Amino acid sequence: MGDEQAFLEDVQAGGQVETTDWMPDEYRARLIKFIEMHGNSELMGVLPEREWILRAPTLQRKLALTAKVQDEVGHAQLIYRVVEDLGKPRERCLADLVDGKAKFHNVFHYPTKTWGDVGVIAWLVDAAAIISQKALLKCSYAPYARIMKKICWEESFHILHGRDVILAMVTGTPEQFELVQEALNRWWWPLMQFHGNPIPKDEDPMYVWRIKSQGNEEARQQFLEGYVPQIWELGLTVPDPKLRRRDDGTWEYTEPDWSELKHVVTGHGPKTEERLAFRRRFLEQEQWVRDTVLAA
Amino acid sequence: MIWEVFRRERKGQAFEHAGSIVAPDSEFAEAWAREQYGRRGESVGLWLVPRDAIHDVEDWADEFDLKYRRVDGYSIKARLKEARERASSRPR
Repeated sequence: MGDEQAFLEDVQAGGQVETTDWMPDEYRARLIKFIEMHGNSELMGVLPEREWILRAPTLQRKLALTAKVQDEVGHAQLIYRVVEDLGKPRERCLADLVDGKAKFHNVFHYPTKTWGDVGVIAWLVDAAAIISQKALLKCSYAPYARIMKKICWEESFHILHGRDVILAMVTGTPEQFELVQEALNRWWWPLMQFHGNPIPKDEDPMYVWRIKSQGNEEARQQFLEGYVPQIWELGLTVPDPKLRRRDDGTWEYTEPDWSELKHVVTGHGPKTEERLAFRRRFLEQEQWVRDTVLAA
Repeated sequence: MIWEVFRRERKGQAFEHAGSIVAPDSEFAEAWAREQYGRRGESVGLWLVPRDAIHDVEDWADEFDLKYRRVDGYSIKARLKEARERASSRPR
């Protein structure tokens, strides 16, 4: 118990933990759950984009999208390695994922209806994600913080790719502009839910253990501050009439539907079943590859 | 089998630990590491080391108080002040 208190004080003072260091059981369990969910999100996050590889409008876009998908799967590989070293094998993470026992981010439960969605995902979903991931560079668990450097570096290419897709469309025909606006209208609320409900950070166990280095609302405010002006300057409309920047620099917005967020991430999103079924099918279909490679 | 990956970012720089991969042999490990840590030309060299081959040295006890080997073992401020004062009061 004394050790646990000392550990807590150490991480709260900025101390970092390595794989072989002693850590409280609760810390290890929370790390595994959090990092596993991140890995799942990278792996599931490629499916909405994968659907557009064959339909990409140009060869250049197809190559860029394929590269992005490869990056995200690579992130999943790095992240599952960290989880494995904490004690949960990758095979079990994947089994729990396809059995619906593990979560992944809300935004990856939604359909990608048009090429506009691909742009909005690469630009704004990745922007929201990079805010969380940059905060993880200071994670108290050092091996996780270290791989985040590579992940953030690659995400910055994704955001630029997404912004380029969006710019091409908003400078195109009125129909193309409308495609972006329509995608933004659908993605706005999932984006606002992305960083989680605004619980005070000192009541958030992830912050208490310094797994995360910022609170949910802090992250959302950072997203709004960074990206709403960029959305507005393109002549796009954010579908929230209440959205405005207060004099003190914080953003006011309509409260997102938190029950929808909970419903979606517990496996009831519009595309949850279909995408898990896809993963399940490929996991079974490619079992022989893992067996062959890892048996050597 | 777990391989620790060390990466050299530019010529002249030290290899730095980058992460780890799982691969059955060095050939697979190389293909895998090239893809994971070099596909954007971000590395000019990679070292792949089986995790089991690493000899981990820990526990740096300082029972003998080795401060005399380090700069923080020497506090010269007070002595330097005194030396300067004496020097200035010494007849030339």
